[in-house]
Amino acid sequence: MIISSIKSFGRYCLFITQVFRTPDKWSELGRNIIKEISKLGVDSIPLTMSISVFIGAVICIQMQLNIMSPLIPSYSVGLATREILLLEFSSSILSLILAGKVGSNIASEIGTMRVTEQIDAMDIMGVNSANYIVLPKIIGFVLFIPVLAVLSMFMGLLGGWGIAYFTGITPVEDYIYGIQTMFVEWYVWYGIIKTFFFAFIITSVAAFFGYYVKGGALEVGKASTNAVVVSSVMILFMDVILTKLLLQ
Amino acid sequence: MIEAKNISKWFDGVQILHDISATFETGKTNLIIGQSGSGKTVFMKCLIGLMHPEQGEILYDGREFSQMTAEQRKMLRTEIGMLFQGSALFDNLTVLGNVMFPLKMFSPMSHAEQLERAHFCIQRVGLENADDKYPSEISGGMQKRVAIARAIALNPRYLFCDEPNSGLDPKTSILIDELLSDITHEYGITTIINTHDMNSVLGIGENIVFINKGHCDWIGNDKNIFKSKSKSLNDFVFASKLFQEVKLFLERDSQ
Repeated sequence: MIISSIKSFGRYCLFITQVFRTPDKWSELGRNIIKEISKLGVDSIPLTMSISVFIGAVICIQMQLNIMSPLIPSYSVGLATREILLLEFSSSILSLILAGKVGSNIASEIGTMRVTEQIDAMDIMGVNSANYIVLPKIIGFVLFIPVLAVLSMFMGLLGGWGIAYFTGITPVEDYIYGIQTMFVEWYVWYGIIKTFFFAFIITSVAAFFGYYVKGGALEVGKASTNAVVVSSVMILFMDVILTKLLLQ
Repeated sequence: MIEAKNISKWFDGVQILHDISATFETGKTNLIIGQSGSGKTVFMKCLIGLMHPEQGEILYDGREFSQMTAEQRKMLRTEIGMLFQGSALFDNLTVLGNVMFPLKMFSPMSHAEQLERAHFCIQRVGLENADDKYPSEISGGMQKRVAIARAIALNPRYLFCDEPNSGLDPKTSILIDELLSDITHEYGITTIINTHDMNSVLGIGENIVFINKGHCDWIGNDKNIFKSKSKSLNDFVFASKLFQEVKLFLERDSQ
């Protein structure tokens, strides 16, 4: 188990060095990055927005339920909602959700290319297939994920405001005051910095599992599942390290 | 010309190829034939460089593959065209996009010249009005044609075809065989076709290498394949009902 993990990690490192070689054609790389931003990033906006609104609303309700004390000011609901969204949800939890969507998409796409010999066709032509297929995905998603993170922060806060406005569980003015008070700008940057690392993990791990698929459709499905599981664990592990480094 | 000298290949301690030597001539359709599991695909993958034989050498017009630098291999790859069993067309690209792909990556031509060349190749394989179609929107036979057009886009010196007729009806198979043969003669390409289709063997087998259980059992051509004394080759050739009838006819004819 340990030896196999070390071997896999070594293979992953070799794969990454192959991915980050000089592209065969820079113009093709640029075109492909734009395509990937659209496919992996822009197409994730609806999911990001809807999940963030609901989670923002749920956090707001739960904070209100748990902070029902005359000693705690009512603006604490907004403050706590903001802190949870900025510090953890809009970076780590969102990345875990995107690992499911984007990661499985990448692993199955590349895995299918492998089993249908499309990758072999590129290799025979002399194209660095890992570089051609994977590099645009990594660059595209790493570039776009801060947009998703900031959008998630905004939509989460909007979800909290919505629940306060429509149900009256907490005064809207207090909620708005809460999300503005004791604001630490660094927390936004902290969330964004984390997403760069998570985006790299999601794309590279999923691509690695897809690229080395052997067999048929069943193996592509397995690779897709493994990609999501491994990248999720890696995200949580990296979250601990980055939190320690950036917040303490 | 491609020469394979004493090629041996092992998988997990099991020897798959045993000391195979063969010469594939320029301007001819060279066939590698054999039963399923005989090792012909492994042999072809060794020839292309997708697999590395533990023993032996492969020479492309005198240039030894294993001793080439990464840059030389890359250059060689631009001289190789490959037609895969399942066509291996890029799903996300149209017919035109697939044929343009190698040109975009490696050709110094302008975009207009690349388009002209791609259209020429598409027309050469007999496809018209299919430029904007995706691989999933065209038939298996058309996919093979697109794959051939893509393989010849860069004017290759060597063309490899892995079971080009698999999954095709007999009539389309013959058309694909004729197309491969025509292209080979027209451009003076060294074409190597991996097949177990006897129609192809008789139709375009100018130079045939028969592989049986990882051994090269027989080398010849379509003219003398029925006269072979090799038992394994005869078992392979006369396996089908149709060719058993041919065998009886030949035996009666010789008496």
